[in-house]
Amino acid sequence: MRTFILMRFLVMIPTLLGVAVLVFLLLRVVPGDIVQLKYAGEGAFVPKETLDLERARLGLDKPLWRQFVDWMWGVIRFDFGLSMWTGRPIRYEIAIRLQLSVQLAIMATVIASLLAIPLGTLAAVKQDTWVDHLVRVFSIAGLATPSFWLGILMILGLLILFRWLPPMTFTPAWVDPWANLSQLIWPALAVGYRYSAMATRMTRSAVLEVLREDYIRTARAKGLWEPWVIARHALRNALLPITTVIGLEFAFLIGGLVVTEQVFNLNGIGMLFVEAISRRDYTMTQALVLLVGSTFIVVNFLLDLLYAVLDPRVRLQ
Amino acid sequence: MDERVIRLPEVAGRPRPAARMPAGVAAFLQFTRKKPLGAIGGFIILAMALGALAAGVVAPYDPLETDFGAMLGPPTLGHWLGTDAFGRDVMSRIIHGARTALLVGFASSFLGATLGAILGVASAYLGGRVDLYTQRCMDILISFPVIILALSVVAMLGSGTFNLVLAITIPFIPRVSQVVRASALAIREMPYIEAARALGTGPTRIILRHMFPNVMASYLVMLTAFLGQAILLEASLSFLGLGTAEPVPSWGLMLRGAAVEFAERAPWMAIFPGLTISAAVFAFNVFGDALRDVLDPKLRMA
Repeated sequence: MRTFILMRFLVMIPTLLGVAVLVFLLLRVVPGDIVQLKYAGEGAFVPKETLDLERARLGLDKPLWRQFVDWMWGVIRFDFGLSMWTGRPIRYEIAIRLQLSVQLAIMATVIASLLAIPLGTLAAVKQDTWVDHLVRVFSIAGLATPSFWLGILMILGLLILFRWLPPMTFTPAWVDPWANLSQLIWPALAVGYRYSAMATRMTRSAVLEVLREDYIRTARAKGLWEPWVIARHALRNALLPITTVIGLEFAFLIGGLVVTEQVFNLNGIGMLFVEAISRRDYTMTQALVLLVGSTFIVVNFLLDLLYAVLDPRVRLQ
Repeated sequence: MDERVIRLPEVAGRPRPAARMPAGVAAFLQFTRKKPLGAIGGFIILAMALGALAAGVVAPYDPLETDFGAMLGPPTLGHWLGTDAFGRDVMSRIIHGARTALLVGFASSFLGATLGAILGVASAYLGGRVDLYTQRCMDILISFPVIILALSVVAMLGSGTFNLVLAITIPFIPRVSQVVRASALAIREMPYIEAARALGTGPTRIILRHMFPNVMASYLVMLTAFLGQAILLEASLSFLGLGTAEPVPSWGLMLRGAAVEFAERAPWMAIFPGLTISAAVFAFNVFGDALRDVLDPKLRMA
């Protein structure tokens, strides 16, 4: 087990490093010079000295490898430098938005699991009946519906029914749990429904596979109550691949709710990302892309460990 | 079994190949009967493609024509789906928007699937160090959510239709290459590949002539599946204001700004473009699923 963890950890290192190199290079392939681009937006003529000064401040006058080493050294200490737009530390800008995004990702994942596991199991048990087809249409429709459109419809419905509009500011859970929940439940539903689609299909195929196993036949032959067979014998063994799919979706949700946050006016990581791009805040964009990419890799690593703990067969490979 | 089975007359000495692309009316009818959902999807796609091709004839109005006398008008006989904040006809904009959606969707999923398939097949066939390094690069690319990677490309290259296609293509490449590589790995061990190698055929020729035709099924399936995703992604990027630019009619763009602002007064502005996106993506998804079941039953579990 210890060797497995160590091996898996060592494999993760080059991938993380690769992500860092890619993200670092992203900023260097911008056509032209980011300092010039920054001032070009202001329209006025900028003397060369100012440009050079700004370049030196951002460390752009140093050789490329040196810039990378400096940047990496900062990243290791969670110091991503300053935002080119607000001038405040990027770490601070991210920290004040992270709580909202993580909470939303957790809520959406919970909703997706609550939808996917029962529906997927039901579809597997009732394979090829109208129930199965209905679940399939429901989940494909979820995949096809843009979450921003679902969000707009939800807001429209809430507005007509309750005269409710998404609030302009975020209320943390410890300040007013009710206000916090009523603000986040709608976007969580919109996203959760969409993300349940993949998990539903995964649940269905995993349960179908397990249902063919000998021990299910044995359990049935013993005369066990059918729902008990499904819940305790089938679902339990199918849960492993389902956990992986849901876990990976959670990792993507932390930074990937770009569009939903825009619709519901939520000041999270996704909103920050879109703002950074529209404002040509390259340092911020870079830090966020790195954050989202490495979160995914680390969650993937943790899921592999969980897999190995839950299923001894994985360790032997 | 008293059911009549209609069979095509079989030419003696030339047995019909079992697993080929459906061709002819009989095959079409069989597809419709076996995969009703897929047939519905195919029908929507066909209608969309025709509408996009003949947009100038089908659309009742010019999509750019503003009519300030008819701003935010509800659906009427003159404007079936109402008008927007500039008095433009929503239906005409949806029909013309199909052009943008299909063009960007097809171009990017074609590019993504093709490049991904080439990388996947080459990496599987060459194996060894090439395979290892290619797969590590794909691992890196795959660790970014699709929309984040697409937005990053837009951030670096700027907006515009070509950059938009590129931005949607890049996140698809690693996802396609992983699937295609898996099927190519199985093909690599087949005797006919060994035979080709024994005959002295070079790697380029083996990859293009012997491996590629055999991963065609998964390639086509990925192409259709990603077409739906590409349309959705184009709509999302345009919705964020980082994709198609006004006044080009685009479904995502139609949901931006005024559609949200006047959602209560003129809900048709928000409802119909969104419904169109859903229908289009739904159509490609179910059609892709049906195609997968027909072309390559091995992929069903994936």
